[in-house]
Amino acid sequence: MTADVTPYKWVGTRSIRPDGLEKVTGRARFGADYHLPGMLVGVVLRSPHAHATIRSIDTSAALEVPGVKAVITRDDFPEITSEEAMSGESVVDYRDLSRNIMARDKVLYIGHPVAAIAATTRRAAEEGARAIAVDYEVHPHVLTVDEAMAPDAPILHHDLITNDPEAETRGPSNVGKRHFFDRGNVRAAFDESDVVIEREFKIRPVHQGYIEPHAVVADTDEDGRSVVWCSSQGHFLVRTLTATVLKWEPSRLKVVPAEIGGGFGGKTTIYLEPLAIILSARAGRPVKLVMSRQEVFQASGPNPGARVRVTIGANSDGTIIGAEAWMAFEAGAFPGSAVGAACQTVFAPYDIPNVGIEGLDVVLNTPKAAAYRAPGAPIAAFAVETVLDEVAEALSLDPIELRYRNAAEEGVASTYGPTFKRIGFKETLEAIRSHAHHAAPLKANQGRGVASGFWFNAGLDSTATVNIHEDGTASLLIGSPDIGGSRASMALMAAEELGIDQERIRPSIVDTDSVGFNDVTGGSRTTFATGMAVVEACRDVVATARQRAATLWAVDVEEVEWQGGRAQHLSGSKPPLTLTEIARSAAKTGGPIAATAALTARGVGVAFSTQICDVEVDPETGHVKILRYTIAQDAGRAIHPSYVEGQMQGGVAQGIGWALNEEYVYDETGRMENSSFLDYRMPVASDLPMIDTVIVEVPNPGHPYGVRGVGEVGIVPTTAAIANAIYDATGIRMRELPMSAVRVHSAIERRSDDGTRTPVG
Amino acid sequence: MRSHVTCTINGDEVEFLVDDRQTLLDALRDELQLTGTKEGCATGDCGACSVLIDGRLNCSCLVFAREVEGADVLTVEGLADADHLHPIQHAFLEGAALQCGICTPGLLVAAKALLDRNLKPTEEEVRYAIAGNLCRCTGYDKVVRSILDAAAEMRDSAVVS
Amino acid sequence: MMYTAPVTVDEACQLLASNSAAKVFAGATDLLPQAQAGRRLEDVLVDLKRIPRLMNLEVDDQGWTIGAAASAARLAEHSQLRSEYPGLVEAVALIGSDQIQNRASLGGNLCNASPAADSGPSMVVNEARAVIVSTAGFRTIPIADLVRGPGETSLEPGEFVAEFQLDRPAARRADAYLRFTPRTEMDIAVVGAAARVAVDDAGRCTDAAVVLGAVAPTTVRVGGIAEELVGSTFDEEALARCAALSSEACRPIDDKRGTKEFRRHIAGVLTTRVLRLAAERASEQR
Repeated sequence: MTADVTPYKWVGTRSIRPDGLEKVTGRARFGADYHLPGMLVGVVLRSPHAHATIRSIDTSAALEVPGVKAVITRDDFPEITSEEAMSGESVVDYRDLSRNIMARDKVLYIGHPVAAIAATTRRAAEEGARAIAVDYEVHPHVLTVDEAMAPDAPILHHDLITNDPEAETRGPSNVGKRHFFDRGNVRAAFDESDVVIEREFKIRPVHQGYIEPHAVVADTDEDGRSVVWCSSQGHFLVRTLTATVLKWEPSRLKVVPAEIGGGFGGKTTIYLEPLAIILSARAGRPVKLVMSRQEVFQASGPNPGARVRVTIGANSDGTIIGAEAWMAFEAGAFPGSAVGAACQTVFAPYDIPNVGIEGLDVVLNTPKAAAYRAPGAPIAAFAVETVLDEVAEALSLDPIELRYRNAAEEGVASTYGPTFKRIGFKETLEAIRSHAHHAAPLKANQGRGVASGFWFNAGLDSTATVNIHEDGTASLLIGSPDIGGSRASMALMAAEELGIDQERIRPSIVDTDSVGFNDVTGGSRTTFATGMAVVEACRDVVATARQRAATLWAVDVEEVEWQGGRAQHLSGSKPPLTLTEIARSAAKTGGPIAATAALTARGVGVAFSTQICDVEVDPETGHVKILRYTIAQDAGRAIHPSYVEGQMQGGVAQGIGWALNEEYVYDETGRMENSSFLDYRMPVASDLPMIDTVIVEVPNPGHPYGVRGVGEVGIVPTTAAIANAIYDATGIRMRELPMSAVRVHSAIERRSDDGTRTPVG
Repeated sequence: MRSHVTCTINGDEVEFLVDDRQTLLDALRDELQLTGTKEGCATGDCGACSVLIDGRLNCSCLVFAREVEGADVLTVEGLADADHLHPIQHAFLEGAALQCGICTPGLLVAAKALLDRNLKPTEEEVRYAIAGNLCRCTGYDKVVRSILDAAAEMRDSAVVS
Repeated sequence: MMYTAPVTVDEACQLLASNSAAKVFAGATDLLPQAQAGRRLEDVLVDLKRIPRLMNLEVDDQGWTIGAAASAARLAEHSQLRSEYPGLVEAVALIGSDQIQNRASLGGNLCNASPAADSGPSMVVNEARAVIVSTAGFRTIPIADLVRGPGETSLEPGEFVAEFQLDRPAARRADAYLRFTPRTEMDIAVVGAAARVAVDDAGRCTDAAVVLGAVAPTTVRVGGIAEELVGSTFDEEALARCAALSSEACRPIDDKRGTKEFRRHIAGVLTTRVLRLAAERASEQR
């Protein structure tokens, strides 16, 4: 989409990723790939009850099992006082976190850890786990927001009082927090509107579905220091969280980042690390803990389920004048779902004068929800973007045109507060409207839908170090885990800055002792913020290199400029010096050339995506097939277009799974019935078409290369685009996720029973 | 019960001791330190542990280590020659077919199984051939394109040689 | 647990006779995940894949003999089997991914006795026979008598299935199998439907049968299909009546994979489609 010719040599090219070779040869080491001499294997004993008080735990028999070296329970963890802090994109309460990794007085979901065992073999550890006697007093449980908010609902936390800015304080409740935002007078706006549409939606919990289960190796020494190898979206976050729940000084921990096999937000918290550290301390040997797939489903993630109600009022010319949303999110066993972000993003793409938003964070007896790609936003967008489709139909307006007329742009005060700077939402709408896909013919039982989405970019803290070696190559020491190719984009930006070939730059993700602090890889921030640190450090290195050239030439540094990876004298009278030549003589000119940049990234952009989708619905079975999919997304500037496309395609694929098949199915006891990849149906290759991408580039003025975060917004509109396409094919409005064949078919049957309207489109 | 297994892995004759209940996946990773083969589910539903046994694609989590007695096993570590990558590995790098890379070893092995028997697959044939390999990062688009690219490359070099 | 890999049928029979805790397996595609789910592995596991007879796949004038441990992939790759029993091969080829295809066997798919086993309806509709062996010798039973209920077969202790037999199909006769799953691959049938149809020179039905899977504890042979279709040219009305018969014949349950109502409805939809497919194939043989 860029009309201008790129001024860059490396930025915007499709180079081979620096970590690629290791990953196609099997050399790359992920969380479970570390083996240490004398290492023990650990297993976690988990609650079989959805809600129970632990009367007692007897571990004596477990310690008698041959091969068992350590058993830990709630008695091995300190009591943590309640304190809220940011954990990536989510808010975490340290006391809750501590109680989620190891149950104290109560277990709150099936899979909640109650003990951990380390033994010489997995079999011995499993036998040890079976030998632990836990005495439970079982309580009634709640599995949905409706059950949890019922007047006589069993209470999960007797010390949880709803945090409500408006209401008077009441007694204990399963509602952790009420979010509320108001602008103008939405009720009056609805009275004035030519069309008002109000709809209710149900969304089931889904899992991030990373293929690599959580894994950790911890080696705790006699001095009380521990080295931890694990895969995460932020090893500094792992250090902070783990140190806090153990009441350790963070510096006692060195966290070594393993390659991470997918995270999608789900690896921005901790589950196993403190357990492995304490088991290792008790046993005096390294301990490895790896979750099974069933444990991943039952005790990590998921993305919250929700109930949502959205009302939109518009004038006959298509101007939206009022919008209201009510959203209740299933936070799981502890408060802190993404409902706050859902409230912020629900109407963010649009310029709407009157808005009312309410969000409830509800606890229930399911695993504590975790972040998942643009947390909260896809749930909100499913509701808003399908209601907008109805508004467009009611006004006989093209759905893209309706969005275009109301689209936020530079200078608009967003519904979540700040005024937008330069944004590319309208450009994504134009990209889809002018795409061949938009005009392609459809056959019987086929339909087309569009939808748009918004997501923030995070800035936060990043540090990067650049070391120039004597051969003129550069190492980048980075503290942000690379989950989708960020090393490639760092190398490209560094190559551009230093003026050397990107193959001469080696980026490494290094441990918490080897580089300064970095926040998580999340919030679509890494290429933006850590990239900014890399750029700053490179500029510092260039300044040093110019100084060294000035020293060699015995001229003033102001007379030296840096071009094409070489120092040049302004007069042109001296032969240019390459970085290699300067590096080789560094010992004579002032020593090693290196620089570190540590910063809090400012100037974040925001991201928008518009998507168009064709489906075919089998009218007899309700089965939905995705025929064609195109996504347009504003990337600001695509540093490495292939990996930008990859983020867009990956987000859409996850959205397709969420739209059609993925859901947590609980039985009446609160046990997840489909805790395997066979029955938790993520898309397989034969389920999907190619996913066409249009990278829109409206550069972010706040970044040296115009970068906007691209990791998350791609998933936001997908479920709605598919729902709108299903409507176009069948005349059926789906307001429940997933839109499985069973649900679509039953909706078709209900429609036939009613004898109501026939399919359109 | 523990027993000896003798087999060929990536061209080398190897001998190892396993518990009878141990899977081939666990033997590869824990006994032989061949950790390129990944565990994603241990139930045969994700394909991250794919290997070739006597040329046939298998989930190594669904095979007892004892079963490969006398067999020829190929893992991701055996795809490349000493000094050059297999065309499929090349295509994955060129085509940006990996993001996190955890499913990549299994996908490469599954792609090899396909191209060993069909050097001119259609897109649909590629999609069904890797349907047993879950990837959560890419949406499969670049994976499928890279396998088709590798097939074309291998067809060309077959013509030349 | 002890792993054993006998190389003769006799040896396998002796192992089962001498150890009541012994269990046979071929692909282990169900056995190993069950072990992962915490279920105990039997003390002695008998791998049948080293016994040549169990891996056999051959055809002669009398009919087909399919070793119980032969992999699904080998069946699917057999061009003559594909042309004589396209439906059976379709069913077998739907058992999991390529990885699973290279392991899973007919014997395992049937003897695990899952109501959703893809090969069940096709084997029953084609009136296959199971050859069962033990130290007492061989006995042959109709395939419909092999599975009694979920996880339950009619095999006595010490017995296992050595091979399956199928007659050569008559001219102008063909089978087909369709299943409904949410995903295109890597899924378990919500409903499976197998049909066998024979036609005369004019394309009129001379015989027909439908067997359903995943709609009852065992496969269900739908009664009255031949009565509805014989003499017809598979017109819409006759097929609709067959669909209704199938829906009525179901005894489904609600579970994570589908509801009772949905299964009943899909059984009818698939019946129409699978009969039409089998009829087309039979007519093409004219």
